[in-house]
Amino acid sequence: MTLPMFPPTDDPGPSFSHLLRRLQGDPVAFQVDKSLVVHATTIVAIRYADGVVMVGDRRATAGSTIAHRHMDKVYPADRHSGVAIAGAAGQAMELVKLFQLQLEHYEKVEGSALSLEGKANQLAQMIRQNMPMAMQGLAVLPIFGGYDMRRGTGRIFAYDLTGGRYEETDYHADGSGGRDARTTVKLGYKEGMEREATIELAIQSLYEAAEEDSATGGPDPVRGIYPVIATITRDGFEKVPEDDVAARFHALIERRTAEGRKP
Amino acid sequence: MSMPFYVAPEQMMKDKADYARKGIARGRSLMGVVYAGGILLAAENPSRTLHKVSEIYDRIAFAGAGKYSEYDQLRVAGVRHADTKGYAYSREDVDARSLANAYAQLIGQVFTHDVKPLEVEILVAEVGPGEESSREATGGDQLYHILYDGTVVDEDHLTVLGGESEGIQERMESTYAEGWSLADALKGAVAALGGEERTIEPADLEVAVLERDKGRRAFRRIKDEELVTLLG
Repeated sequence: MTLPMFPPTDDPGPSFSHLLRRLQGDPVAFQVDKSLVVHATTIVAIRYADGVVMVGDRRATAGSTIAHRHMDKVYPADRHSGVAIAGAAGQAMELVKLFQLQLEHYEKVEGSALSLEGKANQLAQMIRQNMPMAMQGLAVLPIFGGYDMRRGTGRIFAYDLTGGRYEETDYHADGSGGRDARTTVKLGYKEGMEREATIELAIQSLYEAAEEDSATGGPDPVRGIYPVIATITRDGFEKVPEDDVAARFHALIERRTAEGRKP
Repeated sequence: MSMPFYVAPEQMMKDKADYARKGIARGRSLMGVVYAGGILLAAENPSRTLHKVSEIYDRIAFAGAGKYSEYDQLRVAGVRHADTKGYAYSREDVDARSLANAYAQLIGQVFTHDVKPLEVEILVAEVGPGEESSREATGGDQLYHILYDGTVVDEDHLTVLGGESEGIQERMESTYAEGWSLADALKGAVAALGGEERTIEPADLEVAVLERDKGRRAFRRIKDEELVTLLG
């Protein structure tokens, strides 16, 4: 590998994706059979007093079969932001990898991190670049959440296939079970919730989504697989420990059984 | 038609080397030194924003002495080299040795083929893991000092770049102790950089460390209060 040097008038700047295109050329489009493509399903993000809670179930499907039982859909994008993915899993994981690199590359080349808004816009551009693939069934729908250090608040951004960027004030859910999850959050959401209550609400929303949507994985005590929960605050991106998540799901089921509701 | 004057290759190389050395000597010096918890990079630099020391990759840092615009261009090329390599293969496959070789080739090429050599000296440092077994596989702590003509020097525990490097190196070697704490290494480095007559103020220092086993990105800048506290 030689050093990638460019003349000043033709320099890709701090953008890693531009750099890659300069070095590799544009990707080739092709036809795909949808039932062969692995899909990531339900993701939720909720804003609360200290920042944002992001949750994702663990199931990936290909057509009507379960492709993976322990896929991770919630990733740190950098220290103060995270991205959760729904849609074509291969594309989505590649998008996350590129996005993480894009943010780190910018930070290293420029010497300072992008603003949260800048990061959200970068992700929109990357989704827009994926549009030819999205039109062939390889759509990626992420949720971007982060703590805005300049404004001192958590912020959530949702996206559509075309790279449209929509800032959500309170919460958002996406993927096949997104609708059910969103309804659950809507019924329980209050402005300025505390961490505990927000995680509880997120857990409930995934539980309901898994009840109604076959592609969403619920808690799996047999294999010890539980959804991934992360919080993003002033102190950064942090995953909630898996045994803590497991305990919360068990408590939810016990509580509902005791109340006489069918869990 | 006029004929160009004949200049002996030896003379041409000597002239270029003198020119590069003069350019480098105009800038302030910096130092890379191994301490117990990693690698310390300390530079005399009155600017708070035009950095001499920067992050390249997870465990790799860059430092440049001489002409800012030239070593900064090299720094950006290094970040691009490392990020594309880590993307194509794996983050573990990015190493200082291969980056130092790429730098050496480029700087050597410019020195022999271009009219003007690069007036820079650079340092590529990589911190090894703490565990003895994995140190074998990664090569441990590495300091590659690359000169204006592309010469690579693989330094053992400390190296000095810039103008009065020999004097500073001598002063540092005389006080150096293996397994230094960060505060001791920093005090030693600052004393050596300043010499006997001069004390460098914290405001004129740029300090960063590559910390061993402190998460994925080992590079961290030390500034403001922390720097003052460490200097005692």
